[in-house]
Amino acid sequence: MFELLLQGVLLGGLYTLFALGLSLMFGVMRLTNTAHGDFIILGAFGALALNGWGLNPWVADVVVLPIAALLGYAIQRYVLNKTLGKDPVPSLVVTFGLSIVIQNALLETFSADPRSIESNGLNIQSLALSESLSVGVLPTLILLIALSATVGLQWLFANTRLGRAFRAVSDDPEIAELMGLRSKNVYALATALAFVLIAIAGVLQGLRTTVAPSDGPMLLLFAFEAVIMGGMGSFWGTLAGSMLLGVTQQVGFRLDPGWGVWAGHLMFLFVLLVKPQGLFPKTR
Amino acid sequence: MSSTNKDLLLQTRNLQAFYGDAQALFGIDLEIGKGEAVAIIGANGAGKSTLLKALTGLVKVSSSQIQWKGQPVGGRAPSEIVRMGLALVPEGRRLFPSLSVQENLMMGQESDRSGPWDLERLFKLFPILQEKRNQPSTSLSGGQQQMVAIGRALMSNPELLLCDELSLGLAPIVVREIYNALPEITSEGMAVLLVEQDVSLAQRMTRRLYCLQEGRVSLQGNSPELTREQIRQAYFGL
Repeated sequence: MFELLLQGVLLGGLYTLFALGLSLMFGVMRLTNTAHGDFIILGAFGALALNGWGLNPWVADVVVLPIAALLGYAIQRYVLNKTLGKDPVPSLVVTFGLSIVIQNALLETFSADPRSIESNGLNIQSLALSESLSVGVLPTLILLIALSATVGLQWLFANTRLGRAFRAVSDDPEIAELMGLRSKNVYALATALAFVLIAIAGVLQGLRTTVAPSDGPMLLLFAFEAVIMGGMGSFWGTLAGSMLLGVTQQVGFRLDPGWGVWAGHLMFLFVLLVKPQGLFPKTR
Repeated sequence: MSSTNKDLLLQTRNLQAFYGDAQALFGIDLEIGKGEAVAIIGANGAGKSTLLKALTGLVKVSSSQIQWKGQPVGGRAPSEIVRMGLALVPEGRRLFPSLSVQENLMMGQESDRSGPWDLERLFKLFPILQEKRNQPSTSLSGGQQQMVAIGRALMSNPELLLCDELSLGLAPIVVREIYNALPEITSEGMAVLLVEQDVSLAQRMTRRLYCLQEGRVSLQGNSPELTREQIRQAYFGL
């Protein structure tokens, strides 16, 4: 029972990293990035490509992060900002288009074969907690990174000038402009930050298991379920939603290997039914 | 006042503004001198809010129609205009709901302008805000929220403060309290443009007054000298 819960929480850590970037972009810009999962996969392939060009795998995993930030900044500044407005359809259509472009570009460049990022055996090492219980080193590391990212984001939003600007443009972009903020620039910074999280998620996914160009939509679905279940109030909500999803899927897997993902969907529908605003709705 | 007057802060010349295809302002000529208090009155739909939106960059107009210290600035972005020294207290206050009182006030400093107004000075003007500085802005009363909106604009240390309907939706006693703070605000030489529904209040608080009607200036003059009858005619067009 405890082991099941532990495995669920470890999986929830991974889902937290999948979900934080989506949560951030939705929170600041009310923008649903339907290419979110594909960008995660792109992050993994980015690290693979850098590795392929001769960079040490660990160095490649880190170098891909600032590249992702620049990419996020540029995409927001030159593409997504133009789709923002009261009508959510343009941004949905454009990010859906990006999703198709990324999937096919990856397919063209890397073929459809699943690959994984070289971790020098880290992905199979484990820590024995007791005689009967052990946890993987990599999943534990992922959970710690997820927790740090959540705490870090929450702190940034609550305590820094940039975080205040994120909240202000989210509340009322027009008045934020009147205060002197350039909201388009603030949006681009938010997306740059989201893309760093996306790249971290991609790299860790690539280290932990395999990635293939067609994996994106599934990751988007998990991220989406976690964000909606958690509610839009805070990154704590996203963390909670991800944990709920991870534990539920793990319980499902245990009942029958084919039921894991399905159990997660059921939980998602159940939360939507009983608490449509999510576990931590915005309190205003 | 002539356009060569070196004390002239803001001037509009034949200002025309549109909402989509509908024209809202039909050639407004307006002048505000340094440190001057000016009122704009007019019925709903007369164009008062559109005028403020044009001045703050929220409604685009052509460049030469608005002059700031003699420079054409019409059509600039709001974030540029606040850096020039023009701040708005918007209608309905429009505080940032997810920011605390103090965070709302600090947003006024995003324009990076220095001057006499900082948190300390502001808390002296409105002591209640110091007491409630860490509360969510949504938990304050209407009058207190208006103080935050004024304070937020003051924090950008503007040379011209635009106030859109400060008295709207507030009890008369609260309105008096807020307007009592105005002399202290203007004591540093800040000019104020008041858009106000309450005509007699607007007359008392300002030196000059413009009345708008259907997007045109229907009356202008020295506030204390205008008669009720003149204003009534200009206001309703009767």
